[in-house]
Amino acid sequence: MIPLVDLAVIAAPVLGLLADVWEFFSRGPDGAVTFGWVLGRIIVVLIIVHVLLILSALMVWAERRVSAWMQDRLGPNRVGPEGLLQPLADLGKFMFKEDVIPGHTNKLMYTIAPLITVVPAMITFAVIPFTGTFEMNTAGEEAAVSWQAADLNIGVLYILAITGLGVYGITLGGWAGNSKYSLLGGVRASAQMISYELSLGLAVVPVVLICGSLNLGEIVAHQADSTWLVFSQPLAAFIFLVAIYAETNRLPFDMPEAETELVAGYHTEYSSMKFALFFMGEYVAMVTGSALLVTLFLGGWTFFGLEQLGWWMGLLIFSAKVLFFLFAFIWVRWTIPRFRYDQLMKLGWVVFLPLTLVNVVLTAGAIALDANWIYWVLPLLVIGSALGAAYIGWKQDEHKIKPLPDAPGVAGGGEEA
Amino acid sequence: MTTEEKTTAAPPAPTGENPEFAQPEYRTDIRLDADEDPGDRMILNMGPQHPSTHGVLRIVLEVDGERVVRAIPDVGYLHRGKEKIGESLGYHRYIPYTDRLDYLAPLANNCSATWAFEKICGIEAPPRAQAIRTICCELARISAHLLGLGAYGMDVGAMTVFLYTFTERETLYNFFEHLTGARFTTTYTRIGGVSRDADDEWLRAVHQFVSGFDEKVDTWENLLTNNRIWRIRNEGIGVITRQMALDYGLTGPVLRASGVAYDVRKDRPYGLYDQVDFDVPVGQHGDCYDRYLVRIEEMRQSARIVKQIIDKMPDGPVLADEPKYVLPDKQGVMTGMEELIHQFMLITGEMDTPKGEVHSHTELPKGEGGYIIRSEGGAAPWRLKYRAPSFVNLQVLKDILPGVLLADIVAILGSIDFVMGECDK
Repeated sequence: MIPLVDLAVIAAPVLGLLADVWEFFSRGPDGAVTFGWVLGRIIVVLIIVHVLLILSALMVWAERRVSAWMQDRLGPNRVGPEGLLQPLADLGKFMFKEDVIPGHTNKLMYTIAPLITVVPAMITFAVIPFTGTFEMNTAGEEAAVSWQAADLNIGVLYILAITGLGVYGITLGGWAGNSKYSLLGGVRASAQMISYELSLGLAVVPVVLICGSLNLGEIVAHQADSTWLVFSQPLAAFIFLVAIYAETNRLPFDMPEAETELVAGYHTEYSSMKFALFFMGEYVAMVTGSALLVTLFLGGWTFFGLEQLGWWMGLLIFSAKVLFFLFAFIWVRWTIPRFRYDQLMKLGWVVFLPLTLVNVVLTAGAIALDANWIYWVLPLLVIGSALGAAYIGWKQDEHKIKPLPDAPGVAGGGEEA
Repeated sequence: MTTEEKTTAAPPAPTGENPEFAQPEYRTDIRLDADEDPGDRMILNMGPQHPSTHGVLRIVLEVDGERVVRAIPDVGYLHRGKEKIGESLGYHRYIPYTDRLDYLAPLANNCSATWAFEKICGIEAPPRAQAIRTICCELARISAHLLGLGAYGMDVGAMTVFLYTFTERETLYNFFEHLTGARFTTTYTRIGGVSRDADDEWLRAVHQFVSGFDEKVDTWENLLTNNRIWRIRNEGIGVITRQMALDYGLTGPVLRASGVAYDVRKDRPYGLYDQVDFDVPVGQHGDCYDRYLVRIEEMRQSARIVKQIIDKMPDGPVLADEPKYVLPDKQGVMTGMEELIHQFMLITGEMDTPKGEVHSHTELPKGEGGYIIRSEGGAAPWRLKYRAPSFVNLQVLKDILPGVLLADIVAILGSIDFVMGECDK
């Protein structure tokens, strides 16, 4: 029996935290707590969660259909129209499978690892503004409600903090599985994380410097006012894109689960719904990653004034941009081979880290000197050097193998055996 | 040294193991000594059911993190006693068993075995049969290399190449089906020829396929050859030096990628290979990337060979007129008593081959496949020894795996392109 005092000691911070959360969520745009605003918040959160879950299920379907299209196959087309209900059928299968917890595992870690993977991927989406505001009339009160679960002032920091958590799920899952292959998968995941996370953070720094705010809504507004940051910061945008691929463990960076090397990597020992959670986590992370990229570098829900038609237009624009990058995820996965994990680490530490550092210094210098020309020179420099590198690579790409006509063989005496 | 001498010289170890195999270099497992500090090292068992060991190869690895310290390949999980089966069944009845040796190229195995059996019988197939066999060998080579390339790509992460190559394999399998009646277990050749003639329609279709083959190879090359990731994953990985390749007796693309221009088709021609014009691609570095390039180029050359042979396809019978060894016409067996008795006698062991010993070798997709056959007369060999190229090629793993990373192992295995059905016999 826990003494009442202890209970109070435990409960007080929890209650305090809840009160803080309540206060935060119930604060209107002008700082006033209104019932309509709270209701709007709840509705938005519900919509986000459901859209994310449905979108990740649809992504599984799209992955299979698009890959089939690329490989001259059909893909799943039996369950529902065009096989659209296939993810639902798969989910049913996962739900009714026996939930095995192998005897040799650490049960606590084994159980919470999939959750640690899914939750950060989902809650990252809370700060992403995916369209403008909408008017809501509740109990006679007019309120402009932002389509955003939480309009955080420290949005960028929040994202960097939360996305870093996802890797714990993978590492713990690999470790809790207590098998050598899943352990190797977990170790790879953590090695991968420390290699790309720095570049990921540093790639966002120029964005923050230029926009002068950590609030994602303001970053979008700034891009709508001037220009999309992908044009003035192409290098940062590209490195951020690559880092997102590494973060979501997608090809070419799917080392933690490389099925031809580590059987299934960190989820080798997982089955049924726990495996489905890992699976879902990957796809939700893809959606979140694409949304982040769109928000930070591609003007979010804006498209050269077109978004002023209404909140639904902003939503359409945002969705179109995100869907394009989701398609790119699939496209890349089925096209190129996998890196080796030491090669990713080399890429992160030797190539991306210095590049992002130089980029940050140049951008900061330009802002300090108020030299606006840098926004033109920098992209040109980047594009020029990329083209140059591509040209050099092109020249180097010559086959080393030349067929030897009338090659002297062993029998011909040309080669000593 | 006979077995008796060995027993007297060194009595068996108390464990019942052959003492020779108790030597550390013959052990198929790795044991860390109890009093030795393992540090970061651990024993990792790769296979026999690992997804990229292409069947049932098992490699016992001692790894330090992901770096391989020691590697011991362990084969034999698919051993079916193929050689012994040949000794008890006889020449005619052994041909179906060769389908399952290198099960990616059954036609090439059929041809290889039949050439060996014809050598011991002292007969030769008529030119048209030789031409069809040569076509079959090359189509089988393309088919096997296609799967090798696709699986190799998939192991390194390029999944789509696998499906692309399978589309072409499907075409090839349709050809095999039309020609032999079976897609996979072809059992096509007979001693003295082939079981049925290739019709003109088939030859036209094959000619069309090999004429457009170069463009398809270009497609796959576009996906891989100059791909940066593909190159850094394969260049300088798993280097087999020229000397190492010769010491181990490697053959096939693995040997040629190490810079030795040895190809049985060129050096000791058989079939119609002395009448066609083709090049032997040779690598310079002996790494995975060179083995990949050699295979790509070999497919192009195979298509070239097939095209040339179809262009000057000889006419005539497809079975030699040697009633002493050659089975009678199938239609005759079904309708005539004489032929039925003739077939029955040849199959059930009334065939008398000359005494002697022959060595016949052919260039199979994986390397040089050779038969050593000792005949003491009768319908079955006294001893049949098959030199499986995969078995020989896999031995080099022990030398090239230490020092590489785990991810490199799959690239190396994919580039060596082995088939366990053949390796384990």
